[in-house]
Amino acid sequence: MSDVWTLAVITGLAVVTVVTRSFFFISSRAWALPRWAERGLKYAPIAALAAVVIPEIVTTHGQLIQSWDARVFGALAGAAVFFWRRSVLATIVAGMAVYLPLRLALGW
Amino acid sequence: MFLAALVRRHPEFRIGMRAMAPQAPGVAAWGLMTGVAMAKSGLSLAESTLMALLVYAGSSQLASLPLIVAGAPAWVILATGFCVNLRFVVFSLHLRPYLVHLPLWQRLAHGYVTADMAYAIFTQRFPQPAADDEGRRAQESFLAGSCAVNWSSWVAASLLGIALANFIPTHWGLGFAGILCLVGILCSLATTRLRVVSAIVASVAAVAAYALPLKLNIVLAIAIAVLLCMTMERLPSRRERAEVLE
Repeated sequence: MSDVWTLAVITGLAVVTVVTRSFFFISSRAWALPRWAERGLKYAPIAALAAVVIPEIVTTHGQLIQSWDARVFGALAGAAVFFWRRSVLATIVAGMAVYLPLRLALGW
Repeated sequence: MFLAALVRRHPEFRIGMRAMAPQAPGVAAWGLMTGVAMAKSGLSLAESTLMALLVYAGSSQLASLPLIVAGAPAWVILATGFCVNLRFVVFSLHLRPYLVHLPLWQRLAHGYVTADMAYAIFTQRFPQPAADDEGRRAQESFLAGSCAVNWSSWVAASLLGIALANFIPTHWGLGFAGILCLVGILCSLATTRLRVVSAIVASVAAVAAYALPLKLNIVLAIAIAVLLCMTMERLPSRRERAEVLE
């Protein structure tokens, strides 16, 4: 079902990527960032990332998880290793090393 | 072009490539599993390939797949993609002073390729935008170099994932590598106590408001976290209060 609609939606999503990633420098017209926005900018990037990532770790089908979940332990292990080694790759390796056995062997 | 010889030959281009290289396997693992997810979702080979080559945004691809397969209205899919990508809107505000001197299409090209990891590495290396032309050229070259590695490892791994989809069962849960990649970047942004507060508040709000349509929980979570942190910033610290008491 490689229909025109699907191809158009995929192209639309590519446009969304360009627009969101360039949002505040699409226009080059000079304007100064208001003082309050500059202050808010210190906290917004991490908030935006947390709002995307954390629900992926602690919810299943839109519900907060109710039992042991391999994702939580994997993420905690990954975060701990990040603060130890300061490497995103080490985070992924350690997180997967905790997550996969829990998921595949214990079914968490 | 942002891969112009002038940029590519600049020493910072290689430095940017080297800065991204250690992260490339993580990005690739995430790309691989996004490729598998696309191929298994019911998209045709051509559609999966087109998505891998064009969209270049893992989390919005994964969020849109079930909607596309279910035949949701196009505006719902695009609005969901926009909300999932909202962090890039915030990043773009941060990156504006670094890139705004470039011509429009170069700004768009830079924006398009600057994904999470490139943003994190770039702002870590250059906390302040350059004040002169040479500095701007160096920063642009570093960004282009790191993005080149980021983009090629992502796209190559995505295409490989599409090709190998039938050999990698989804129940292995390898897609979790992508979440861990973002967890690492999240931790790298946690440089002050109030930023940690911001992340925690945004997490709680995003989970609590998860039922909102179009991923608007992300919009709400950012607003609450930022407003709260800006308020807390105004509160006197414990030391200041102690000094007042003395």
